[in-house]
Amino acid sequence: MYGSIAAIGAGLAVLGAGLGIGRIGGSAMDAIARQPEASGKITTTMIIAAALIEGVALFGVVVGMLGGAK
Amino acid sequence: MELILPDMGLLIWTSIVFVLLLFILTKFIWKPILSSVNEREKNISDSLALAEKTKAEMKELQAQNESLLKEARAERDKIVKEAHELAAKMVDDAKTNAKSESAKIIASAHQAIEMEKAAAMSELKSHVAALSIEIAEKIVKTELSSDDKQKALASKLAEDINLN
Amino acid sequence: MVIKSTVKSITLAFMFLLCLTPLWANETHGESSENHEKKEFNVNEMIMHHIKDAHEWHLWGPDHGGTSIYLPIILIDGGLKTFSSSHFYHGEHKSAVDHKTHEEVSYVAGVGPATGYAMYHEKIYKLENGGLSFEDGHVHGAVKPFDMSITKNVVSLFVGAILILLIMGSVARFYKKNGAVAPKGIAKFLEPIVVMVRDNIAKENIDHHKYHKFVPYLLTIFFFIFINNLLGMIPFFPGGANLTGNITVTMVLAIFTLLITVFSGNKNYWKHIFATPGVPVALLPIMIPIEVVGILTKPFALMIRLFANMSAGHIIILALISIIFINQNAAWGALSVPMALFISVLELLVAFLQAFLFALLSALFIGAAVEEAHH
Repeated sequence: MYGSIAAIGAGLAVLGAGLGIGRIGGSAMDAIARQPEASGKITTTMIIAAALIEGVALFGVVVGMLGGAK
Repeated sequence: MELILPDMGLLIWTSIVFVLLLFILTKFIWKPILSSVNEREKNISDSLALAEKTKAEMKELQAQNESLLKEARAERDKIVKEAHELAAKMVDDAKTNAKSESAKIIASAHQAIEMEKAAAMSELKSHVAALSIEIAEKIVKTELSSDDKQKALASKLAEDINLN
Repeated sequence: MVIKSTVKSITLAFMFLLCLTPLWANETHGESSENHEKKEFNVNEMIMHHIKDAHEWHLWGPDHGGTSIYLPIILIDGGLKTFSSSHFYHGEHKSAVDHKTHEEVSYVAGVGPATGYAMYHEKIYKLENGGLSFEDGHVHGAVKPFDMSITKNVVSLFVGAILILLIMGSVARFYKKNGAVAPKGIAKFLEPIVVMVRDNIAKENIDHHKYHKFVPYLLTIFFFIFINNLLGMIPFFPGGANLTGNITVTMVLAIFTLLITVFSGNKNYWKHIFATPGVPVALLPIMIPIEVVGILTKPFALMIRLFANMSAGHIIILALISIIFINQNAAWGALSVPMALFISVLELLVAFLQAFLFALLSALFIGAAVEEAHH
């Protein structure tokens, strides 16, 4: 059972990251719709921002993995 | 926990392999690839610039040609016009010349005719004079053939003179 | 048309087999259920076994007694000691009682040239008084000799490096032979990626006059991660090692980025760290430690990101395949195989994306370090 709590923690981390990356993606789409000519730059910036959020979420996943793997 | 603890052996191997890879790739592989790619890109951009330049030159040349053509056309028109004018002038000149010549000829003919006429007239006059003198001689001869007649004439002449 | 119909018939045959397998599988299950129940399938152990490094490369067959390549073990323990790992895997199985949990723990003691050493969970320990003592699931008190073995990950590292050299070498040879012409063959495939790294990663994020110096490093790190990620996706021998999902490897890569960032940092960069413009002097004692920690957290995040992404990918695929073995029924393959296939395809994207991100973020950090003051 010790893995379960860690799994919940990892799930929470993923939830936060999902919300964050979802917002980034949505905003990027808005931005591209407004300025299609700047889509390349927006995409790069979006990926960087998503990566930063993902990094934080992955800390959660790693902690979850530690709990699971012992 | 083992999962996130670095392993010294693997760390050393990875460092060695990565440094070697970085060195070999940079020295022998990335250099030729990047230089070729850069060279090709430069070639392409140069060629494009050249094409653009050539196009501009062509355009200029074409414009030049056009203006030359225009000039030539104008020149030709001018020459043709001049020729026309010249021809017309020549014709005119010839006409006037001919006219004046003919007038001259006519005038000289008239003159000749006049002269001939005058000559004829004077000849005629001299003839007439001679004839008249002859006639007058004859008349006089007859008139003055007798004394009476001489006297009658003289009186008559005297009469005429008085009258005058 | 022929191909299409062939694919169709193969698909149909496969589906037909899937329908039949439950019957067959249930039958065999019924026959030998006692055998199976004896050895419970441990998903956690199996996945961790695949994720972690090992001193052998297991090819096929059962864990013990199957076909493996035994990799050389190199120990530095009062001199260099080299021997095959088979002396451990075919060594003497021993067991000890944990001092805290009072459970029995088994480990292997080496034989032949490996005598005097023991291996527990792929870690090598020096035997003390002919045995190991355990406390709370960990080896207690035993000395660990410095282990420089050619492990599974090291072999995978060599394979990846040779592969990169071969592929990139052929590209470089093409250009050397043909000069600056339009690429053909493998060069045609790889040139856009090289140009993408140069333009979208280096040129975009690093000052225009300085980016040339860093392009080789970024290209190397990109292709190193990309090729090794893809190699990890191959499920059998030359691939399948979780190299880029190993914290040590990602740590080395992150350290390189850190070193390059720190050593190429100019006056402006250090000024922003030690005397941030516009910050009152009174705040500097707080700001400087934050900024210094900031130098370290960036590569730390790079390390964790790559490690966690690749490990998570391997774990998910293995877990999905494990569904079949947990249920001891091949019919579950109808569910688990398409799902594993889907995740595998996603992992191909992730393999590229993580390599791209690592190079991109490295370029971003380097770009911030070499940026000139513009205010």
